[in-house]
Amino acid sequence: MQTNATSGQSRQVPLSGVDLEVWEGGKGRTVLFLHPGDGFDASAPYVSALASRFRVIAPSHPGFGRSSLPPSISSVDDLSYFYLDFIETQGLEDIVVLGVSLGGWIAAEIGVKSTARIAGLCLVDTVGAKFAGPMTREIFDLFSVPQYEQARHLYHDPKLQQQTYAHLDDETATRMARNHESFALFGWSPTLHSQKLADRLHRIKVPTRLIWGAEDRVVPPDYGRHWESAIPGASMEIIDQAGHYPHIEQPEHFVASVARFVDTLPAGGGGKSSDSP
Amino acid sequence: MQSWYFSEQSYYPAWDRDVTPKVTSPSSLVDPEIAHRLLRDYIEECKLCDSLGLNIMANEHHATYTCMNVSCLMTLGIIASHTTNARLLALGVPVMSRMDPYRIAEEIAYVDTLSRGRLELGLIKGTAFELYISNAHPVTAPDRYWEAHDLIVAALSKRDGSLSYESRNFNYRYMNVIPPCYQKPTPPMWLTTLSTNTAKEAARRGHVLAITAVAKAARQSFPLYREEFLKTHGRPAPLDRFAYLGYVAVARDEATAIERGRKILDFVKASERIEPRFINPPGALPHADNARFLKAGTTVTHRNKLLPDGTPMSNPPTPREQILNNVLFAGTPDQVYQQIKTFYDSVGGFGQLLVQAGGTMSHDEICDSLRLYATEVQPRLTALTKSHALAA
Repeated sequence: MQTNATSGQSRQVPLSGVDLEVWEGGKGRTVLFLHPGDGFDASAPYVSALASRFRVIAPSHPGFGRSSLPPSISSVDDLSYFYLDFIETQGLEDIVVLGVSLGGWIAAEIGVKSTARIAGLCLVDTVGAKFAGPMTREIFDLFSVPQYEQARHLYHDPKLQQQTYAHLDDETATRMARNHESFALFGWSPTLHSQKLADRLHRIKVPTRLIWGAEDRVVPPDYGRHWESAIPGASMEIIDQAGHYPHIEQPEHFVASVARFVDTLPAGGGGKSSDSP
Repeated sequence: MQSWYFSEQSYYPAWDRDVTPKVTSPSSLVDPEIAHRLLRDYIEECKLCDSLGLNIMANEHHATYTCMNVSCLMTLGIIASHTTNARLLALGVPVMSRMDPYRIAEEIAYVDTLSRGRLELGLIKGTAFELYISNAHPVTAPDRYWEAHDLIVAALSKRDGSLSYESRNFNYRYMNVIPPCYQKPTPPMWLTTLSTNTAKEAARRGHVLAITAVAKAARQSFPLYREEFLKTHGRPAPLDRFAYLGYVAVARDEATAIERGRKILDFVKASERIEPRFINPPGALPHADNARFLKAGTTVTHRNKLLPDGTPMSNPPTPREQILNNVLFAGTPDQVYQQIKTFYDSVGGFGQLLVQAGGTMSHDEICDSLRLYATEVQPRLTALTKSHALAA
C-alpha cells in the first residue's frame, strides 16, 4: 500500500482476473473517478481538491498505472462491465461516477447498462459517442499524434501545451508509454467512440452533469451539446480557460463545478465507508 | 545463388514536391499518363528479367508516392502472364493490414495456378505507418498476424473440402480455396524481419529469412537462424534459406554505376520523408522504446546512421557510404561481385539476393544495369554458392 501526499492511499484489488490499482482518499460522498487516456496521477492538484470534499475512489483502468490487463478486457464495453463488478463487489451505493474523456466514455457505458448503485453521472469533456455522419470526424484523432505531442492538443494554456518529458525517470516514462498503448487498445477504432452509444444514451436514468472546457479542441463544446440533448435531463457547465482537461487546467473551477452538481443530488449512503475493511 | 529483381514502382516525379510522400499527400500530383508509362516500363523490366534468368519480387504499399504497387499478388498475377520461367516472389502480403485471410489465400492460389507453380510467398507484418491506412489495430495486430499467417497456410493446405474457423479475430463458416495452389501444400514460404525473435521463428518453420537492407540485422539474425534451424530440424540450414535485399547498380564504368546508385538511394530519401506522427502507432513498439521516444520528444526510424567503424554517415548518406554499409552494391560487374562476396562471407553466406533497383533511375538505366548484373555478376554468384554448398 502506498501513501500519497494528498493523504490518500493506493492498494491493489484483485477482481475478475485483474490486479487493479485503486487510489482512495477523502471523506464524504463517494465519487468514483475514472481517469482519461493518459492515466491517473494522485499528485495532481485536482485530486487533493476533490478529496477535500468527497471520498474519492480512483482506479487505474486495466492496462494503466499498476493495473494488469488480461486478454479478456479489450474494449470500453469490457471496462464498463468490469467497473459494474467493481462497484458491486466494493459495496458502493448511491455513488457519483465522474469520468474525464476516456473515463467519461466508460462512465456513460456504465450508465446505459445499470445505474442501480449510481446517484449521478458527471461527464467531463467526454468522448465515446458519434452523432455526425460518416464523413465528419467529430473527435480529434489523438492517435495520429505522437505521445510526446499530445499536450499540444489537450491543453489551452500554451505553457502546458509545450510540456516535455525528458526529466522523467525511466519507470515513470515506461508507465506513461504503457498507458498510451492501453488508451489506443480501447480507443483506436472506431476512433474514441462506439457506434452504438449515442442511441443508448437515453437509457441513462440518473441526474447527469456535463462539464466542458470552453477551449477543448479534441471534442469542442458543441459536441458536448449533443450529449446534453441525448441524455434525459442532462445539463452542461462550461469552464473557461480550459481545453480538453479542465481538471488539470482549472482544478478549483472543476471541483467547484462537480460539487455544485453533487449538492443537487439526494443525500446517499455511498456504500461501505472508507474505514470499512 | 538466386537473384530476384525488385522495384518499388515508385512515382518518383512527385518526390521533388514539397509534400510528405505518404499517408496524406494529394493524389492530384500524379500525372496519369506518366504513372501509366512507369507501370508499363516496370512490366517490360520484368519481361527482361525473365529472359535473363532472373526471378522477380514484388511488394506493396499504400497511400504513398514511393510505391505504386498496391497489391503484390495482383501485380504478380499480371507478371505471371508476361513471363514463363521466372519465379515470382510476393514479399510480401502485409497480413496485419490486409484484414481478410480467406481473400489472401484465394489470391495466392490464383497466382500460383496462373503461373504454373512459380509463386513464392512471404506473409509479412507490413509497415507500421500503413496501420493508419488499413485501420488495423496496432496493439493487437502482432497476435492477429500469426493467427492470420497460420490460417492462410491451413486454408491453402486443405484440399478435401471446406475449413470452419471461429476465433476472436476471424470467423468463417466455409473456407474453401478453389482453385487450390498449384504447389503442394503451399508455395515456398518466406519471412522478412529485423527482429531476432522472428528470425528464430522463421527457422523453426523452415521459412526463408529475408533481411532487407540492414547488414547489421543479417549479421545478428543469420547465426541465430542457423542455430535454431539445426536444433529444430536436425540438419544445417541450406543456403537457400537466407536472403538479403540490397540496392544494386551496375554499369560499365564506376562513375556511371555510382550515379545510378545515387538514384536508387533517392528512394530511401523519399521513403524517410514521413511525418513523425505516422512512424510509430501506439502498440507497434515495446513500452521501453516508446518511453525513450517520449523522453526524447522525437521518433526515429530504424535506419542505420553509422558507418561500420562507428562514424556518423552524411545526411543523406552517400552512395560510397552505403556501399561500405553493405546496403548498396554499385560499380562495375567486378566491383559489384566483390562487394557482394565480401558481405556474403561476413554473414556465412546466403542463397538469395533481392536486387532492388528503381528510385529515380530511368527505364533504360535499369535495363542496362539488369543486363550487366545477369550476364556478368549472377554467373559468378551462382558459382560462389555452388562451391560453398560443395564445401559444406
